[in-house]
Amino acid sequence: MKVKMLSRNPDNYVRETKLDLQRVPRNYDPALHPFEVPREYIRALNATKLERVFAKPFLASLDGHRDGVNCLAKHPEKLATVLSGACDGEVRIWNLTQRNCIRTIQAHEGFVRGICTRFCGTSFFTVGDDKTVKQWKMDGPGYGDEEEPLHTILGKTVYTGIDHHWKEAVFATCGQQVDIWDEQRTNPICSMTWGFDSISSVKFNPIETFLLGSCASDRNIVLYDMRQATPLKKVILDMRTNTICWNPMEAFIFTAANEDYNLYTFDMRALDTPVMVHMDHVSAVLDVDYSPTGKEFVSASFDKSIRIFPVDKSRSREVYHTKRMQHVICVKWTSDSKYIMCGSDEMNIRLWKANASEKLGLTSREKAAKDYNQKLKEKFQHYPHIKRIARHRHLPKSIYSQIQEQRIMKEARRRKEVNRIKHSKPGSVPLVSEKKKHVVAVVK
Amino acid sequence: METAPKPGKDVPPKKDKLQTKRKKPRRYWEEETVPTTAGASPGPPRNKKNRELRPQRPKNAYILKKSRISKKPQVPKKPREWKNPESQRGLSGAQDPFPGPAPVPVEVVQKFCRIDKSRKLPHSKAKTRSRLEVAEAEEEETSIKAARSELLLAEEPGFLEGEDGEDTAKICQADIVEAVDIASAAKHFDLNLRQFGPYRLNYSRTGRHLAFGGRRGHVAALDWVTKKLMCEINVMEAVRDIRFLHSEALLAVAQNRWLHIYDNQGIELHCIRRCDRVTRLEFLPFHFLLATASETGFLTYLDVSVGKIVAALNARAGRLDVMSQNPYNAVIHLGHSNGTASLWSPAMKEPLAKILCHRGGVRAVAVDSTGTYMATSGLDHQLKIFDLRGTYQPLSTRTLPHGAGHLAFSQRGLLVAGMGDVVNIWAGQGKASPPSLEQPYLTHRLSGPVHGLQFCPFEDVLGVGHTGGITSMLVPGAGEPNFDGLESNPYRSRKQRQEWEVKALLEKVPAELICLDPRALAEVDVISLEQGKKEQIERLGYDPQAKAPFQPKPKQKGRSSTASLVKRKRKVMDEEHRVNEHWHGPGLPQAAPSCLCLCPCQPATSHSVPVSSPSPVPRTRSGRAFSSSIIRRRRPSPRGPGHLPWTDLCAEPDSRVAWEQSLPKITCREMSVPWNKEVGAVWPLPQLGVDSCLLGWVGIKEESDFLDNVSGSSCGPVPLPLAKHEAILGSEGSVSCLYPHPIPCGCCGLSFAF
Repeated sequence: MKVKMLSRNPDNYVRETKLDLQRVPRNYDPALHPFEVPREYIRALNATKLERVFAKPFLASLDGHRDGVNCLAKHPEKLATVLSGACDGEVRIWNLTQRNCIRTIQAHEGFVRGICTRFCGTSFFTVGDDKTVKQWKMDGPGYGDEEEPLHTILGKTVYTGIDHHWKEAVFATCGQQVDIWDEQRTNPICSMTWGFDSISSVKFNPIETFLLGSCASDRNIVLYDMRQATPLKKVILDMRTNTICWNPMEAFIFTAANEDYNLYTFDMRALDTPVMVHMDHVSAVLDVDYSPTGKEFVSASFDKSIRIFPVDKSRSREVYHTKRMQHVICVKWTSDSKYIMCGSDEMNIRLWKANASEKLGLTSREKAAKDYNQKLKEKFQHYPHIKRIARHRHLPKSIYSQIQEQRIMKEARRRKEVNRIKHSKPGSVPLVSEKKKHVVAVVK
Repeated sequence: METAPKPGKDVPPKKDKLQTKRKKPRRYWEEETVPTTAGASPGPPRNKKNRELRPQRPKNAYILKKSRISKKPQVPKKPREWKNPESQRGLSGAQDPFPGPAPVPVEVVQKFCRIDKSRKLPHSKAKTRSRLEVAEAEEEETSIKAARSELLLAEEPGFLEGEDGEDTAKICQADIVEAVDIASAAKHFDLNLRQFGPYRLNYSRTGRHLAFGGRRGHVAALDWVTKKLMCEINVMEAVRDIRFLHSEALLAVAQNRWLHIYDNQGIELHCIRRCDRVTRLEFLPFHFLLATASETGFLTYLDVSVGKIVAALNARAGRLDVMSQNPYNAVIHLGHSNGTASLWSPAMKEPLAKILCHRGGVRAVAVDSTGTYMATSGLDHQLKIFDLRGTYQPLSTRTLPHGAGHLAFSQRGLLVAGMGDVVNIWAGQGKASPPSLEQPYLTHRLSGPVHGLQFCPFEDVLGVGHTGGITSMLVPGAGEPNFDGLESNPYRSRKQRQEWEVKALLEKVPAELICLDPRALAEVDVISLEQGKKEQIERLGYDPQAKAPFQPKPKQKGRSSTASLVKRKRKVMDEEHRVNEHWHGPGLPQAAPSCLCLCPCQPATSHSVPVSSPSPVPRTRSGRAFSSSIIRRRRPSPRGPGHLPWTDLCAEPDSRVAWEQSLPKITCREMSVPWNKEVGAVWPLPQLGVDSCLLGWVGIKEESDFLDNVSGSSCGPVPLPLAKHEAILGSEGSVSCLYPHPIPCGCCGLSFAF
């Protein structure tokens, strides 16, 4: 007779001293882990609920400006440094970790229309209503020195925006026309126009650094190549575009913030159809900025909220608002892709977490748990119960009621269209998709 | 072993040259023919087992990876490719004798594999398809990793072998106790408790604690390993059953009148009067449900975490005193006096399935831990093992001299039956095989008739409660050797237990998720998906996903004649048609004869479901990981209340009605067969020849009768007047085909010939 009994030595399963960690032998045999799917589902449900419980995105409010904040700029090398320009011509430099203002400059008379940093981070440029472009040193003046710009360029017209080249000592301003400047000269290298209208913003492409995009108040978005004397092409939309932002990861893609409450992501090779129409705002979209990952962007709107959109989704994944935040004029996504800053009418700059429920400063065990929960949420995201919880957001009454109202209007328009198709000869009334509806023309 | 696995198909000739030039000293672990490779056969040169899949077979692995359908489970893990053979040398210059990852046995990988590779991926868009493929590859990778972790398991299962042909059943407990070590021998003990009558007993989930209750009110709980008594009380009332709740701190006792809950000090915490005259208790640990079967015929589910009664189901079968749970899917199996076993879930008022098991009352039911086999014993002295994987057919049957009153499965699939004062244990070949009933593995005679049985989890111990007290028997090979510390840890400390308790409560599975297939939640809800699509089309006025009809492009001069256009159109149409055929199948033949419910694809409905119902089995129910394009919605199901909305177990009622009307009328000897009755089984009759078969069904009114009617079908040339008993005696093996000819079942392809 051969016999062997299961006989465990407790020493192998119990910790030796109280100072040790408990021993936890694992066996991944599925037979020992029944109800895998229902339990994972419940875990995912709990994780989703906890995510909503801990969704506290608001971090800080930086106050100090004495008028509405009109423009924001990131420091290219220091995560903690942020520049802001206000409607009274004041520029402030902030330290985000200490949450205080480290420098104040009375830069312009009237609005500071645009602000941008040089790629090396040693100086920055501002344009204002006083028809000047000024270059400032990033470091403050020495003790007893006057606060003075490095250079000042006096222009003929008002400049409404400025952006710096990502690699070279070249910057572009916009106003009546798009001017491209060498830093050393007082006259633009070249000026480009297409029609006569005021151009509201100009942006350099971060990858294909010679490309520029601008948007004007005659409803068009114009693309330029710095190496050519004339613009490349333009697309005309239904309504005016306020600003555009290039995707930092995909050279061809940019997103336009439009007055018709929508954002349009375009592929510059095929401008006749936007890649995606992002709609959730209930008022004009004033600013947009991409996350450094290029997967998401944040938009600021006149409806007193900011929203975060995935690039490939037409609906926003997040909306931020507070009772005190008024019309948001400018927004930036920080370079570590973790935070969002927005400047608004009521003189404050607000700092938000990009991921509302993210816990800052995780230990390794917490991180493992977070990753596991994230995976679970992803796996079960389409289940109705979980989807409902994950999607739910509280909105201020003004936005909420406006959404309802616009839904009704949209439904009525759609119904009318369906009826028109139904009662006309098949094929005579074409179906126009939502993407194509808003593009009026593409001109080359 | 190969010294240098090659990245490409051919061996680079340079390396060959190198090795012939400089001869290395031969190591003891190397084969004699070290000069590697010779190009042609890169397979493992001296695999002791063929089953072991060496991952470094680039050619083979490549082929396997390409083929989507393969019988054999595969290890698609790419070998670590060493571009430079020198790079694997350590500092000492020695070469790794076992390069690459360790081999993983195929069976182990299969154990961890959650996807069915034999089923094709659904025909879908390229994006979805690639996502599915990535998910499948990830799944495979995980299963290989999990299989690799098997190496770390510390313990081996126990066994008992007789020397050359010695019958292990003859080995008595005293011999085993003598042969094993002291710690194991201490696990065999008898508690002599003659005073308080036959005992029921229960082990806690970790296998560390034992509770028992005697008929005359004696209730005790102890840590049976250290023999430390936790509490001992007399409840001064008959104790019918006893059960630990989720941890050893709580104890449910079914007393003569009501259900009581005690803590481990013996203090009565609750008296639950809504559960009265309870005969049997079962605790569903992941749902925190205490299922009680009562004399009044009610099956009641009590949620012990919140103290609410979740469901009280009337089984309409008289007194209930046979109950067991299926640990795989938390379905409760009840045995009835009419010979049927019924399967219950708290989400449904009706049984999920009824299985006709015996020609007398059912005395005991037990389900094994994988939920594959059900053992039943009845008043007809038979012990049967049923397959629960959809067929509900008996796999093996054995007539016992006395009949078994109590049955239990161990974690590794041993079956124990208590017959009078004898306990018999049967074992199967492997862990996943059913116990073979020919030869018992062990037997033991007790000092009194058996009243309760349970294998101790994670130990080779069987606890038997009988009139003389409690006996703890040694059964080598019964328990799972390696426990999971986060699931149920016999050695857990107080803190660990508290932490586990919180986590377990947080992930309590809701009662309405109990259904026959616990993975059903992961499947795509095709019905509501299609319904949603239909609604969308209705709302929009057009189908946004519809493909525009093919319009041939005008070609160059002279090639765009009408005939050639039509030809091109036809070609595209044919192609589409072929693709559809390929993916969705040709559909079931309309005139296919229907066969009854006992076929594997349509398991466990409370109705007998027609197989050739109007909607064929949807192919998209793959049970795979989700593709994001597949949306599942839970909305009021069209199948009426009481059904789980996401289980697609039952056919829709209207299709059933249509099916009933389409059936040919079968005239019987006495009456026409009422089709709305639940069909239990169909027997062939060898006496009647090939052309006839018998149909037995369970009526709803006369439940006590085993078979209400037995009748020959009209197909037979000679419908013989049959006595009931003849029919029963001729029943060997059941056949689920109504028609006289062997007909392939429409959904599973099995044909039943008799």
